[in-house]
Amino acid sequence: MSPRPSFELSLIELSRRLEARDISSREVTGALLDRIERWDKKLGAFLLVTGERALKDAEAADARARRGERRGPLDGVPIALKDIFLTRGIPTTAGSRILQGFIPPYDAAVVERLASAGAVLLGKLNMDEFAMGSSNENSAYFPCRNPWDLSRTPGGSSGGSAAAVAARLAFGALGTDTGGSVREPAAFCGVVGLKPTYGRVSRYGVIAFASSLDQVGPLARNVEDAAAILEVVAGRDERDMTSSTRAVEPYRTQLEGGARGLRIGVAREWLEAGVEPGVQRRVREALSTYEKMGAALVDVSLPHTKYGIAAYYLIAPAEASSNLARYDGVRYGLRSKGDQGLRDMYGETRRQGFGPEPKRRIMLGTYALSAGYYDAYYLRAQKVRTLLRRDFDRAFERCDVVAGPVAPTVAFRLGEKVNDPLTMYLADVFTVTCNLAALPGLSLPCGLHPSERLPVGLQLIGRPFDEATLFRAGRALERELGELPAPPGLSDEVP
Amino acid sequence: MPLSQDEVRRIAQLARLTLSAEEERLFAPQLSAILEYVALLDELELEGVEPMTHALASGEAIPLREDLVRPSLEVEEALANAPAREGACFKVPRIIE
Repeated sequence: MSPRPSFELSLIELSRRLEARDISSREVTGALLDRIERWDKKLGAFLLVTGERALKDAEAADARARRGERRGPLDGVPIALKDIFLTRGIPTTAGSRILQGFIPPYDAAVVERLASAGAVLLGKLNMDEFAMGSSNENSAYFPCRNPWDLSRTPGGSSGGSAAAVAARLAFGALGTDTGGSVREPAAFCGVVGLKPTYGRVSRYGVIAFASSLDQVGPLARNVEDAAAILEVVAGRDERDMTSSTRAVEPYRTQLEGGARGLRIGVAREWLEAGVEPGVQRRVREALSTYEKMGAALVDVSLPHTKYGIAAYYLIAPAEASSNLARYDGVRYGLRSKGDQGLRDMYGETRRQGFGPEPKRRIMLGTYALSAGYYDAYYLRAQKVRTLLRRDFDRAFERCDVVAGPVAPTVAFRLGEKVNDPLTMYLADVFTVTCNLAALPGLSLPCGLHPSERLPVGLQLIGRPFDEATLFRAGRALERELGELPAPPGLSDEVP
Repeated sequence: MPLSQDEVRRIAQLARLTLSAEEERLFAPQLSAILEYVALLDELELEGVEPMTHALASGEAIPLREDLVRPSLEVEEALANAPAREGACFKVPRIIE
């Protein structure tokens, strides 16, 4: 039997072998770049591959390893970033034409932290334009596909991040999650994805979508890998004033606590009609597995769940319309010729630069914030957030985590929902509540759909800043069920 | 509450977004459908409910940093992505006729 190819290792396994110098970062980085070259034409996960930079990073990491100066578990590990994180000197587009050719003059806080930890940057990953979408079809460049079935979407908006990790083109990735944009693609692609508590990770240098909801989160092949990435990127950064001063817990040392004694809240509203039967079955089986492992299932109620989407699609577009006002053709990005002065230039630049989804959301948000409508829309939606948060506060009096599906279906087909924005929005029903209530949420694979053979995701939502319990609970299930295999077709042949 | 194409045009002007006639036709029913959906919130009694005005959990106080002069972007770096510049300034089309 030939040894497992390096790209099949988990992030932590790779890290151990780099530490032991059984393998070099140069070697594994080169292997991944070859793999990206070979597979990504089909997949479309990368908007930009930074091969030269990656090999240089890798050589520096190898030199540190030789001197016995490794900087921790991520040193020499090839990872990739959603193209929403500013990278100094490396083009960053947010999946939009309006930022085509934009070269950031500084790094996002999380990019700095990954670089200090020695991580190797493979490139920038595909996404829905300005993180607006649930299928990656809103990328202004090209759609990304699901490695389990190339006719399906990888989910979105961090679709490239989930696809790259699932297809073994990177050992981990960062995405952003405003209404489910890490968790939904993680579920569709069969990887682990976390939306941390609002305030856990700095958004400095992250292109803003909806500032009261946006968070940065890791995507990885397993729970421990995700925990290792969060440990590096989380923590106070005074350049993002919403970043919390709470100390970052050592998540990895608490991973193996098991499920015994854990109280898992099961929300009736989350397993009712609307969840596709095969998805429902896998989620219920995961809950039974927890019970067998000694966890207690507790009935809880989240009665305001059904208002989540409505509140979200007022708040997120309102904040987006404000955040996207900066794309005006003056300081960076596209500028179109407007023949009739400044206002014409603004209007034309934004007409040519934005795709349909950002335009729709700018319109919706502008309307919701316009004179006479603020109280009826934005303010009401903010009150609904309070009600959603209270639902969870009440639930957490009786349980430690709330469990349910990530999405009502498995990955859908490209083109299936693209002409019907409202239907696309409704797929976010189980993920948006977590952002609205500012809570942490973990998406982890709980098996393949019984007939469609596509990954199903279980969602665990925790108390504020209790990512440790989510990781522990996630790890317990992962140990019991085993990790998903690599998607068929992409793992059979060694490049 | 369906939005008319005139209203769509007015909102687009507020958003400094020039729409094609086709986009106006497309957005009027799409935005109307979304607004119709969000009217779901009308069935909630929200009198006396505090709005969640910031998302930080449990009212955590965030310390303000000290107000110190620190290095910022160099002028050349700040201008490097400008579509048009003149000297150390961003250049824009004529504002005053």
